[in-house]
Amino acid sequence: MRRSASFTESFRELGLLVFIIVICAIFQIRNRNFLTLENIQDLLTNTAILSIMSVGMMMVILTRGIDLSVGSTVAIAGMVSALTVQFFRGISPVVSVVEAVAVGTVVGVLNGLLVARFNVLPIIATLGTMNVIRGLTYVVSGGAWVSSYQMSRGFKEIATGELLGVSNPIIMAVVINVLFFYFINHMRTGRQIYAVGSNPEAADISGIPRRRIVWLVYTLMGALSGLGGVIWVAKFASAQSDTATGFELSVIAATVLGGVSIAGGSGKVSGLILGTILLGILNNALPLINVSPFWQQAIQGVVILAAVLTNVLVKRNNQRFALRRRAI
Amino acid sequence: MSDRILELTHITKTFPGVKALDDVHFDLKHGEIHALIGENGAGKSTLIKVITGVYQPDSGQILLDGAPVEIHSTADSQRLGIAAIYQHVTCYPDLSVTENIFIGHEKIQPLTRKIDWRDLHERAGQLLAQLDADFDPRALMGNLSVAQQQIVEIAKALSASARIMIMDEPTAALTARESEDLYRTTESLRDKGVSIVFISHRMEDMYRLASRVTVFRDARYVGTWNLNEAKREDLIMAMVGREITQFFPKRKVAIGEEVFRVEGLCRTGFFKDVSFSVRKGEILAMTGLIGAGRTEVCEAIYGVTRPDRGRVFLEGQELHIANPAQAIDKGIGYLPEDRLRQGLVLEWELSKNVTLPTLRQFGTLGWLHPRKENAITQELAEKLDVRAASVFDLAATLSGGNQQKIIVAKLLAGTMKIIILDEPTKGVDVGAKTAIFNIMNDLAEMGYGIIMVSSEMPEVLGMSDRIVVMREGRVATILETSTASQEQILRAAMPETVHA
Repeated sequence: MRRSASFTESFRELGLLVFIIVICAIFQIRNRNFLTLENIQDLLTNTAILSIMSVGMMMVILTRGIDLSVGSTVAIAGMVSALTVQFFRGISPVVSVVEAVAVGTVVGVLNGLLVARFNVLPIIATLGTMNVIRGLTYVVSGGAWVSSYQMSRGFKEIATGELLGVSNPIIMAVVINVLFFYFINHMRTGRQIYAVGSNPEAADISGIPRRRIVWLVYTLMGALSGLGGVIWVAKFASAQSDTATGFELSVIAATVLGGVSIAGGSGKVSGLILGTILLGILNNALPLINVSPFWQQAIQGVVILAAVLTNVLVKRNNQRFALRRRAI
Repeated sequence: MSDRILELTHITKTFPGVKALDDVHFDLKHGEIHALIGENGAGKSTLIKVITGVYQPDSGQILLDGAPVEIHSTADSQRLGIAAIYQHVTCYPDLSVTENIFIGHEKIQPLTRKIDWRDLHERAGQLLAQLDADFDPRALMGNLSVAQQQIVEIAKALSASARIMIMDEPTAALTARESEDLYRTTESLRDKGVSIVFISHRMEDMYRLASRVTVFRDARYVGTWNLNEAKREDLIMAMVGREITQFFPKRKVAIGEEVFRVEGLCRTGFFKDVSFSVRKGEILAMTGLIGAGRTEVCEAIYGVTRPDRGRVFLEGQELHIANPAQAIDKGIGYLPEDRLRQGLVLEWELSKNVTLPTLRQFGTLGWLHPRKENAITQELAEKLDVRAASVFDLAATLSGGNQQKIIVAKLLAGTMKIIILDEPTKGVDVGAKTAIFNIMNDLAEMGYGIIMVSSEMPEVLGMSDRIVVMREGRVATILETSTASQEQILRAAMPETVHA
């Protein structure tokens, strides 16, 4: 038994890995401080939220969907948990995390309702909730900030604390990635997520509860955005109504960079992690080597386009490969 | 000059593996309505496509007004004044009626290069008035009824000043009243000198409209009759009169007690009062003309759609099935007609495809066991003789026949009691057909109840134990295969004549 067909797929991840190594080498040459333990810890901590949320986005995109409301969800979940801490200083950080996740879950359920139950196109539905949720954040906060001095130390340690020298956000990101790696690859529901995105009609005929699966992925996306929200607010020690504006695009970019196809049905957690790290490296290193901020964004865009282009080419090659092997 | 506007002689057209037209003749007189009939797959559609230039014949001659012509493309046929109106209207639903009529030959103002909408709307209005249509040319095509859309198609043909109009089952989707309107329009076209080829499954259409009829069978020309001389019985004989030449390896299987029963199943607009039963080890064929509601009944049983009324029993227990997952759970398997689209996830390995409907059996608490999945796939693939290197091959790498087998394997991975096969041999070659028939025999021997939806008369008679014939959404009759004849089936499947 051999797994011949997956060769070109793993080639893609390999390519991404090689690319990461190459740019790391370049950055290291330009700035000796890049590959220090301290900077790596810094880089990973800053990428943790992106990584956590791109796991959710991957599942949404696997079902041929998209979620534009995740930036707003980060804001409202962070705001609600920060306000709670402001009024009840004594509550445990665990309660804050649970609270933020719960708020995010509510948003996710709402998105799922619109997409799975009422058949609203995902891009339209989440564009709507994006604005609704952003507006609600302003309403809840009255436009005011929750600042560092109004937060308890325990709350801020959600993001600044460490365990065995590793920062909490990194630990949470690793746990989430491992958890969902197993969920997506080894659980029945994970398989069904892929099936729904690969061939919705075949999934229907095969008796897969398509609507329930779609609803589930948006709910999970919401929950993960909620988690991202509380980490975000604790990390910057400030909750603002315009927190994470536009962050949804970074999450989508990381997911696409990781090889998850917008057409649905294909993508792997391993690729996703590489994609997120690549985006994190670009965010971290371009300032370090004194690239002008004006150029940084353009360079990021070029890298994303290059990755997507590679994806298309590899996929085309894959199909040709499959047809050639077809036994006629 | 001859009185024939169009004459086709010795036309032959072959596709890889199939002879679609075998030395056929057809002729059309000036200003007549000529009916063309035959079973599904008799070659009617291919003939039309030859006339309209979609296909080029391998041999034979086309004469227009007595002079030989060559039609290389639909543009050619349009220039020669030939237009076709298809059963499924080929329109642009988001454009207006006028745009649909004049698409491709709009009138452009020479100075501004603008489309002259006012003139076009006016001309469209005139065309529609000629056809007694009562809707505005500015209306959106998608908002019209099927009957109205057909009027637009006819107007489009007129706008291209067609002298020959081919109508391919135009009444298939129409109600009796809409059909009557269409008949009148067709007659008035004829009176204006347009020659019409009218294809239909309905005897009623033919007797109401046509003056002559040509019958095709198995890609061959059978004959042409004047309709006032031809009896209904004779025409049916002409359509089916054929020996069953294909080989059907039907095995005798001991038939057990009733396992599945449907009582009074209804779905508004699709089928009504459908009742039948299947016994263990029995192959029940469901046949009828296209559009008789067979697939719709099966989809309702399987939970893809929900029936409005009626009851379904499995082993004496009444079932309430809301979706395919429940149907699979209860033991009803369905092999869809459109297998490429609905059957497989092509970019997946075989084993993942096979276990997709029954994933619950291959996991504990949702945790999957790939080894178990691979083992069952291996076992089923060997049983069904799937030709593939390993269970890790992608479904896309298999040939059509082998993909078919994988879809059957999907059903067998579960614990099914009833298996519904919708057109199981559609689009597969002769060798694969025999393989599929053998699989059906095996399944019957294992005690499954099998429902086989099929339009192929020989297959229905050759493989089944009993035959449910459907007509216009109802069960016309249920026959024992051992005593049934093709004429009996076709007579039951044909809509009643009002006046023969």
